[in-house]
Amino acid sequence: MSADRNEGFSRRGFLAISAATLGGVMLAPGIRLIEIARARAPDQPVSGKVRWGLLIDTNKCAPGCDDCVKACATENGLKDTGHPRTDAQWIRKVELKDMRTGRNNSVPVMCQHCEHPPCVDVCPTGASFKRADGIVLVDRHICIGCRYCIMACPYKARTIVFENITDQNPDVPRGSGCAESCTLCVHRVDRDQQPACVEACTRAGHNAMIFGDLNDPHSEIAQRVAKYASTQIRADLKLNPGVRYQGL
Amino acid sequence: MKRNGIGALSSRVARAACVLALLLPVLAFASDRVPKPVIDIDKPGKCVEDTATMRREHPDLLRHQRDLTMHEGVRTRKYSLKQCVACHASTRTGSVLGEKGFCQSCHTYASVSIDCFRCHSSRPKPSSGAKP
Ligand code: SF4
Ligand code: SF4
Repeated sequence: MSADRNEGFSRRGFLAISAATLGGVMLAPGIRLIEIARARAPDQPVSGKVRWGLLIDTNKCAPGCDDCVKACATENGLKDTGHPRTDAQWIRKVELKDMRTGRNNSVPVMCQHCEHPPCVDVCPTGASFKRADGIVLVDRHICIGCRYCIMACPYKARTIVFENITDQNPDVPRGSGCAESCTLCVHRVDRDQQPACVEACTRAGHNAMIFGDLNDPHSEIAQRVAKYASTQIRADLKLNPGVRYQGL
Repeated sequence: MKRNGIGALSSRVARAACVLALLLPVLAFASDRVPKPVIDIDKPGKCVEDTATMRREHPDLLRHQRDLTMHEGVRTRKYSLKQCVACHASTRTGSVLGEKGFCQSCHTYASVSIDCFRCHSSRPKPSSGAKP
């Protein structure tokens, strides 16, 4: 009995140590040892110690590629309703051209999961809120569809749903009359998976997106932002977005 | 003596009337004259709480769980609407809605509007066992 317990203890200890030393070692595509060691139990509330973030390397993002946009639409049930001007868009590919050098940049832009989100400041109902781990969401149970957040967001990240929706993904409830934006695939993150866009980008071999905990010094994303220059879009607004870009 | 007799008779009638009045709704419900909801229950038996508690308190249980999940990321399966649907979707239609659907049949009967499924899926994920 006590031998059993000791063994259990030392195995756990080993996992923690190897997670700490090996950091970003990949077990399988998209699964890292560090993430297994820190998995949150389903009954544990999210913690403010975590700050989820995305790092997007625009040098690797292929112009014209929309793998991430398609993966997002499939995962979250965003369908073409025949009204492209008002259809929900959680990720947009923005093409930039530096007129002086002629350099083309192609960047996916989604909700930037601001630390100080204006969409939360202006929401009159409290529907727009930031989770302790930095993910900004709309509580559709409370949203009245006033669209204040859509106007307030400097990144044009929010859309409102106009059409009635059927056949939702059971993990992603969506309905007409509510504002919405990228959720960082919160339903996947809560079961230790990567957001669908990141998974698709990696699967296609572009490796332009990394998802992880910016507060965890062992995570790949934290090590990359510590080592290489990265920027936030409209950093002058001092909203401290959780989405950062390399090579902009 | 006569007055006593009348008194006793009237009190007996009154008591009978009282009992009848109490029994009436039960009798009415038991009779076939009053329509009852027709519900497809594919998995009879114990839910996450006993039937009486579930009938009375499922809205509160769901509302409490919804706030925990939405705002704190708690994703336990007990009291989760997704789990209700996974268990109670009809094997015939694959949904908790529809005329005999587990949710809709009762809600229509009680004339209580059910907003959940304007956003939530009324069908389980195809992988979770029940038919699509
Ligand atoms: S990017 Fe827009 S929607 Fe997202 S948190 Fe910031 S202000 Fe809110
Ligand atoms: S549309 Fe909804 S989330 Fe946005 S500000 Fe209005 S109530 Fe808040």
